[in-house]
Amino acid sequence: MSYIVDRRLNAKNKNTVNRQRFLERYKKRIKKAVSDAVDSRSITDMDRGEEVSIPAEDVSEPVFHHGSGGRRSVVHPGNREFVQGDRIQRPEGGSGGGGGDGDASNSGDGQDEFVFQLTQEEFLEFLFDDLALPNLTKRALKGNASYKYEHAGFTHDGVPAKLSVLRSMKAAKARRIALSGESRRLLKAAEAKLEEAQQQGDEFTSRRLLQEIELLRRRIGRVPFLDTNDLRYNLHLKRPVPTSQAVMFCLMDVSGSMDQQIKDIAKRFYLLLYMFLKRHYERTEIVFIRHHTVAKEVDEQEFFYSRETGGTVVSSALKLMKEVIAARYSPNEWNIYGAQASDGDNWNDDSPICRKILEEDLLPLVQYFAYVEITKRNHQALWREYERVAARYPETFAQRQITDVGDIFPVFHDLFQKRDAA
Amino acid sequence: MSTKRQPLSTGSAWTFELIDTYDREIGRIAESFGLDTYPNQIEVIRSDQMLDAYASIGMPIGYNHWSFGKHFVDVERSYQSGAMGLAYEIVINSNPCISYLMEENTMTMQALVIAHACYGHNSFFKGNYLFRTWTDASAIIDYLLFARNYVASCEERYGVTEVEKILDSCHALMHYGVDRYKRPYPISAEEEKRRQAERAEYVQRNINDLWRTLPKARAVDEEEKVCFPEEPEENLLYFVEKHAPLLEPWQREIVRIVRKVAQYFYPQRQTQVMNEGWASFWHYTLLNRLYDEGLVTDGFMMEFLASHTAVLFQPGFDHPGYSGINPYALGFAIYSDLKRMCEHPTDEDREWFPDIAGASWLEVLPGAMRDFKDESFIQQFLSPKVMRDFRLFGILDDDADSEIEVRAIHDYNGYRRVRELLASQYNLGDREPNIQVTRVNLRGDRSLTLRHTQHERRPLSDSTDEVLKHLHRLWGFPVLLESTWQDEVVGTHRCPAQEAGQDAA
Repeated sequence: MSYIVDRRLNAKNKNTVNRQRFLERYKKRIKKAVSDAVDSRSITDMDRGEEVSIPAEDVSEPVFHHGSGGRRSVVHPGNREFVQGDRIQRPEGGSGGGGGDGDASNSGDGQDEFVFQLTQEEFLEFLFDDLALPNLTKRALKGNASYKYEHAGFTHDGVPAKLSVLRSMKAAKARRIALSGESRRLLKAAEAKLEEAQQQGDEFTSRRLLQEIELLRRRIGRVPFLDTNDLRYNLHLKRPVPTSQAVMFCLMDVSGSMDQQIKDIAKRFYLLLYMFLKRHYERTEIVFIRHHTVAKEVDEQEFFYSRETGGTVVSSALKLMKEVIAARYSPNEWNIYGAQASDGDNWNDDSPICRKILEEDLLPLVQYFAYVEITKRNHQALWREYERVAARYPETFAQRQITDVGDIFPVFHDLFQKRDAA
Repeated sequence: MSTKRQPLSTGSAWTFELIDTYDREIGRIAESFGLDTYPNQIEVIRSDQMLDAYASIGMPIGYNHWSFGKHFVDVERSYQSGAMGLAYEIVINSNPCISYLMEENTMTMQALVIAHACYGHNSFFKGNYLFRTWTDASAIIDYLLFARNYVASCEERYGVTEVEKILDSCHALMHYGVDRYKRPYPISAEEEKRRQAERAEYVQRNINDLWRTLPKARAVDEEEKVCFPEEPEENLLYFVEKHAPLLEPWQREIVRIVRKVAQYFYPQRQTQVMNEGWASFWHYTLLNRLYDEGLVTDGFMMEFLASHTAVLFQPGFDHPGYSGINPYALGFAIYSDLKRMCEHPTDEDREWFPDIAGASWLEVLPGAMRDFKDESFIQQFLSPKVMRDFRLFGILDDDADSEIEVRAIHDYNGYRRVRELLASQYNLGDREPNIQVTRVNLRGDRSLTLRHTQHERRPLSDSTDEVLKHLHRLWGFPVLLESTWQDEVVGTHRCPAQEAGQDAA
């Protein structure tokens, strides 16, 4: 006697809770492994899971065991050359090992690291764990400009396009049953009597019953199949939804002084920012703007890989950003983030203009604007101008310096650290 | 023999109808061999669900704990990296007996699993005395559900961390939470729920009584006589549950749950060789009979035998893949050899097994399944032929000796010795350190003293201090462990650690 059950459609991941508890328990170690991983990873595969290893002794579950030593008798299979009384040199690495227990999982020694795989989701979770978007509240409160229709039950009136056929027919049927129920019951009884009378040959009663039946049938027939009362319409209500889309402006200097290594560092920084924004918004768009003396909106490939020479006018990029915002990204609907990377070179006269554009035109529109200077040299005019901006707008503007690859995550972490609400 | 083959199926794809047909045919043959089984519940699952089942150490319903998550990520990684294939079957000792079939398997593998788990293991669970005595197959699922809900409700009331701490400590002592000799009361979820509150209160009162500090009128002469516990107690978790002074009632209940689960798994740990051997012997016998009746194709048999031999492979000690004796291989060999001795006895068999040689194998084998555990099974039935086939040899590794000595091999002088050594290797009492509660200091610091009686001078491993920390957490007062060899204390561990001079050897 057997029952065969198909469980394939059952919820998977019965162990999700246990898994999360495990991760939670070793959070600190995993986080360290994750941020180490970010530094060593290449740019393209940032967006996947990670193999994490933590010292095995930390996750061990201790039980009483026998230690090594003492007299230990073990039986092994596969003897070829031994006879009773032979004496064998003790092999390297201690006594006969855990093998004798007939217990394959008894691998106490040998493995020093407990290695396991984080999913991409978990990886990012740990990566961005204690980071938060600055000024998130501002937009959430005032940016309720978009609406969504939601189903909100049924009504008695509406336009034909919204007619709910199923509900209407249900209502009609209910009404028919209610209005004709008594007549049907009488009809049934009369029909039964009629049959009885016909069997007995009672002509008179039969005729009377036939008349009665006819009357009842007509009465039932008068109940309409579908009445105006029965009609039901789908009701949709307009609900405001908080804006949850973001656009990220990547601004980069591509003048001759920016070599590929600097661009790579910038790219990693942009990538982190992009993944971070993606986790917070339903929709995240990116606008790439590169500039030397003139700025141009380009696609990703061109942004990172094409090289040009010439001087540097940073304000051109800022101006273009302002134009793009005006044309396509209304601040009412979009959360706007700006990230600018440069090696610090700029046309000297241009730096004050940059500050002016930022302060007057851009900072009122954006959620946050971050400037990273990737250089090992001393700061130039641009940095000093930006320092003044940062002093006036500490909420929305920040600048940091990156000298090599290892700085990227710490700087990013620093920029987006959770702060106490101001 | 039938001349015409009429196979049940020819392709490798399975359907529910085919599973049903195979199950019915295999069940019919099993019955003709007299296999007595619980009803079967065959569940078809996906491989990720199998990973889940793996991580829950075979419990179909388990309470939540991080260690299961750890097993899960471990198993998942080795599965995904290809380092480990999934065992194609997990079977649960319950009534009805639940076994899992994996969706990805071919029809042949499904039939193999049905024969192995649904009839092999199932009849073992129903027949073997250990399972009959110690576990209650019909109540386990309900009990596990009760346990899960209870742990969850404790988490709600007292916080996940608090519950986790208790569970951590209990798990560390899990192997010391079983009654080895006393038959436990049958468990029942109903009963547990009903009596839980009552018991909590009663126990709490009793413990307070033990620690009563109110002065008695004439307590002077009794002062010295108080010795508690009167007899050493080997079930550490039981002792903690009943006597730990500071535990809350819910904590005692959790200790009890872990204890019950440990008890449920105890027979499985003692019958690895027998259980797997028995199931392997029967899948082999049942599927071969299917073939003899012409119900399966040659291709089916080839696939089955390939898998069968892979599972039953026993590498030699010097093989790189060697990790001890394969319980499937050893058990299968012993049962098969019993059958051979019944059908084709040799002079050697008549000398060694006069009762078995020439008897009916259908009577001998069930007997060899019913009344033994690994240790006694090997001691009783390991034949010279099997020892020769495995080329078994026993060595003695004495740390007082610079070399390893070969004590016995598979020859006339060595058979008995090898068999004895191998049997004791499966004796849980020898495999695990023997640790018991001997003394509680009732009038002083309430410290708890454990005694470890060394077996063959084998010391405790480095993890001992960690385990003691867990015991200390449960007990709430100092815990002392004395390691003894021939009635002399040769090492002590204590928690919390005291004088540095008292270090263990």
